[in-house]
Amino acid sequence: MRNKYVAFPYVGWMALFVVAPLIVVVVYALTTRDGSLTLDNFSSMLQYAPVFGRSFFLALLATAICILLGYPMAYYLSRERGWLRRMATMLIMLPMWMNFLLRTYSWVFLLERNGLFNSLLESFGLPKVNIIDTSGAVVLGMVYNFLPFMVLPIYSVIEKIDYRVIEAAQDLGANSAQVFRRVIFPLSLPGVLSGITMVFIPSVSTFVISRLLGGGKELLLGDLIEMQFLGSAYNPHLGSAISLVMMVIVLVCMGIMNRFGEGEEEAMLL
Amino acid sequence: MSKELIRLQDLCMAYDDEQVLDHLNLYINDQEFLTLLGPSGCGKTTTLRIIGGFVTPTSGDVFFDGVRINDVPPYQRKINTVFQKYALFPHLNVFENVAFGLRLKKVPEKELRQRVMEMLEVVSLKGFENRKPDALSGGQQQRVAIARALVNRPKVLLLDEPLGALDLKLRKDMQIELKKIQQQVGITFIYVTHDQEEALTMSDTIVVMDGGHIQQIGTPEDIYNEPKNAFVADFIGESNIIDGVMPRDKVVKMYGREFACLDGGFAENEPVDVVIRPEDIDIVPVEQGQLVGTVTSVTFKGMQYDIIVDFRGFKWLIQTTDHSPVGARIGVKIDPDGFHIMKKSQYSGMFGDYSSYSEEYDELSDAEALDAEEDTDAQRREDGYAE
Repeated sequence: MRNKYVAFPYVGWMALFVVAPLIVVVVYALTTRDGSLTLDNFSSMLQYAPVFGRSFFLALLATAICILLGYPMAYYLSRERGWLRRMATMLIMLPMWMNFLLRTYSWVFLLERNGLFNSLLESFGLPKVNIIDTSGAVVLGMVYNFLPFMVLPIYSVIEKIDYRVIEAAQDLGANSAQVFRRVIFPLSLPGVLSGITMVFIPSVSTFVISRLLGGGKELLLGDLIEMQFLGSAYNPHLGSAISLVMMVIVLVCMGIMNRFGEGEEEAMLL
Repeated sequence: MSKELIRLQDLCMAYDDEQVLDHLNLYINDQEFLTLLGPSGCGKTTTLRIIGGFVTPTSGDVFFDGVRINDVPPYQRKINTVFQKYALFPHLNVFENVAFGLRLKKVPEKELRQRVMEMLEVVSLKGFENRKPDALSGGQQQRVAIARALVNRPKVLLLDEPLGALDLKLRKDMQIELKKIQQQVGITFIYVTHDQEEALTMSDTIVVMDGGHIQQIGTPEDIYNEPKNAFVADFIGESNIIDGVMPRDKVVKMYGREFACLDGGFAENEPVDVVIRPEDIDIVPVEQGQLVGTVTSVTFKGMQYDIIVDFRGFKWLIQTTDHSPVGARIGVKIDPDGFHIMKKSQYSGMFGDYSSYSEEYDELSDAEALDAEEDTDAQRREDGYAE
């Protein structure tokens, strides 16, 4: 059997479930309900600019926090050997084996007005705090759910750095801080870039996290799109247009970022 | 020239329970090209890494210019290293790779640029400044690694098998070039290799190591002509090593007969190892031969034929420009200066017989050739003596 035939089922799958829907989305975005061509869907989107702004801001914030938490963790992991490393890697992976919805629901249980966290505060005689249904809770949910996607690519890239390159830097007069700044960090950037991609994209389009932890008060892009297809404001044409614009913005962001990180493909394969 | 620069004193190194270096003592002179030569696992790389500061010896001291530097980290030593497989910074271009050390020392931009360009000129890489390492050939990467180390004007350059990854032709060119660079910059080179030819070509001093011990220190000529034991004789070049005794000075006895030689100073009838280099053996007609044997294998090597000759079950390697067919009976003659006599050592009997160590010889690794030899071995066992 020639190699290329092996890929046929997948190519068929892609055509049927990725390319075709994409065409449908484009067609929907450019038409009205009665089927005539229009750009109104895009112009009427302006009213949702704040939603775009909020979504991108929260996703960026979550991504930034993931880098700040994930990078040191990944660095430490790549340096560690033996059981400690296996243990830590497993702990990072562990939540991913549980259902995404379930994980997010459990945060609701922890954070709600009379939830575990507030009960704890109360038992110490402290006042309750309002966490659930805020943007903070949404960001927390994003960080919690997507942190492993930041740690793992960075970890795998740092781990692959040739120790001789580090020795060479020491040999040329670099102390530990300089070795990190001039060698390890620049070499780990492809990992960081793919981490950003893997955290930012699901964050910017999530609707489960904002629905459950944000209480649906502050609309995010995901909610907005979902509303157009299933919710009260039924308008698949507008929904398609919003999806399309979001996709383009994300693609542009990734394109710009990837120009700074050669060797990205390798990290993406993780 | 002969000022002492580095002294290794009673150096021991053990990983877990494996003794890698065993009470090693060595001093290295300023501006000398010294080579640590030995098979893998002999401790040569460990010695180099101790000098570079990448490992701390289990016991013993390292002195640099008279100062103990055991606890000085690598980045504070006036020593730079050319690593095996180069270890260039993949994210930096050639210029920045070479400039790395100078940037850390905050050398002013103008001087930095000048020094880097000068050094790229020395290694003939001008015009390659903006290339990334992965866009260079192995030989070019090698030069970048050398430039990157030398631009810091170290007092000592450590080279860890730097030519190992290059092909033969390039390796030969780089050997000459390295020696040239060393003379040009006038600093100490400490070079690690397992390639005896590389060591002989470049070194002022060769240190032959095995099993964590120094086997011999000397100039390339000393090491080749006056090996101290069977290990050195075997490792450097090709050697036939035969059991013999010294009945008196300048006479060695083997195969039951006496030969004139130039060595002396042994006890009467002291058992010794006799080294005869393959190129020191002349092939003569049977009736003129000091010994007579049977050719069992001939290999054309370009400059010479390598022939294996069976002398009473002990196979010698002879290098000659005259062709002798397999199965021919030939006589050999060895001049007195062709013998080198060594005291017995722990290595005696381990090397120098070209039938038991046939894996050194690729033509014998052919299973058929081995089988054929075994068949005829028994009858030829009788042929050793010249009557």
